[in-house]
Amino acid sequence: MVEVIRLETPLTREKVAQLKTGDNVLISGVIYTGRDAAHKKMVEALARGEALPFDVKDQVIFFVGPAPAKLGQVIGSAGPTTSYRMDAYSPTLIEQGLTGMIGKGLRSKDVIEAMKKYGAVYFGAIGGSGALLAKRIVSAEVIAYPELGPEAVRRLEVKDFPVMVLIDHEGNNLYELGKAEYRRI
Amino acid sequence: MKVIDVNAIINAVEKLCIEANYDLGEDVMLSFKKGLTTEKSPLGQEVFERLIENATIAHAERVPMCQDTGMTVIFVELGQDLHIEGGALTDALNEGVRRGYEKGYLRKSVVNDPFERVNTKDNTPAIIHYDLVPGDEFHIIVAPKGAGSENMGALKMLKPSDGLEGVMQFVVDTVDQAGGNPCPPIIVGVGVGGNMEKATYLAKKSLTRDVGVHNKEERLAKIEEELLERINKLGIGPQGFGGVNTALAVNLEVYPTHIAMLPVAVNINCHAARHKALTLKGRDA
Repeated sequence: MVEVIRLETPLTREKVAQLKTGDNVLISGVIYTGRDAAHKKMVEALARGEALPFDVKDQVIFFVGPAPAKLGQVIGSAGPTTSYRMDAYSPTLIEQGLTGMIGKGLRSKDVIEAMKKYGAVYFGAIGGSGALLAKRIVSAEVIAYPELGPEAVRRLEVKDFPVMVLIDHEGNNLYELGKAEYRRI
Repeated sequence: MKVIDVNAIINAVEKLCIEANYDLGEDVMLSFKKGLTTEKSPLGQEVFERLIENATIAHAERVPMCQDTGMTVIFVELGQDLHIEGGALTDALNEGVRRGYEKGYLRKSVVNDPFERVNTKDNTPAIIHYDLVPGDEFHIIVAPKGAGSENMGALKMLKPSDGLEGVMQFVVDTVDQAGGNPCPPIIVGVGVGGNMEKATYLAKKSLTRDVGVHNKEERLAKIEEELLERINKLGIGPQGFGGVNTALAVNLEVYPTHIAMLPVAVNINCHAARHKALTLKGRDA
């Protein structure tokens, strides 16, 4: 079993600096959801000089479009979606002060450069474990773009939400390091 | 001749949509347990532990194992001596999807048009493949599939001179480039031969096989095994965190092709490999 680090949001730059690739982290506190359409809308809003639906400074965005909640559930299954579709938008949000992203899969060079420049971390939650992850979400509230349905921006309160540091603020990348260690071709 | 009412088909599709998303197949669960014992990476072992826990929760609490409950793919084998009563078959299949996704609290992920992109709010239309077969039964497979893994698929029209090695290299390269994106450990569907659309169809259809069931032809089963071995040497591992379990299985299907063609299609399935089947019998006409 890998050692666990407990992390409270907001995720300040000081906290970002302590996180290293491969760290097993349990996040507690408020995080926000956003995926393809919401990212597009947020970056377009910034381009028009408008405010974002929430202040991204020191915040964490979870790339997710949850399943509908059943009666008695806070939220339906809620695992990460593949992150590279947000690559076009993430650098802009990181520049605005975003310090954390939760997703799955590879990121572009531009995203990693922005993470290094401004100090941000990319966490991975296990893709396809949405039933398990939903149980760590204590409350969920749509705060922007309700017309997007599952893609609306939600404010989530999480308790011991399990993630791993995939890329840290120095650009160390678990996808490259992990693969290199076990590659036999 | 026998007859079957569309309502029986609607009910069957509704049930299969929900079961496919709530109940991971025993075959996949067994491969997780095996993976847990063979995986060398500690992070990879932890992935397997959490996937087993996730599938257990989904089954016990009747919730989808993954929030991406997919676009619904349906394979129909319609016996040619069976008559369908009460409405259009395609409408019935879509109605079953509509009801299943609503009643099962499954996410509606389908948009009306690739450019307009407005959610249809009921997960229809499904993608339906019809096959007419001898007999008077109605066999159906419902296979919802998420976009994370579907997006990592690839097709290449190889030259006959590229041969088996060219095919294998393309499959391995496709998996290598996909890395952690399609939610490994994956199941790799490979279709070789036919033409462009036939190869992609075969690759998708092969994913409806259970993990551990090889192609019935021994020479093809051997290729599946060799591909699996090569893929698992890539080091990608569970979730791409590094490890020796990148794929749980490789399923290969082939078809006759043209003297000038060697099409190969790769369709990657995430570990949430969902497919449920049912056979309906008609009543006497």
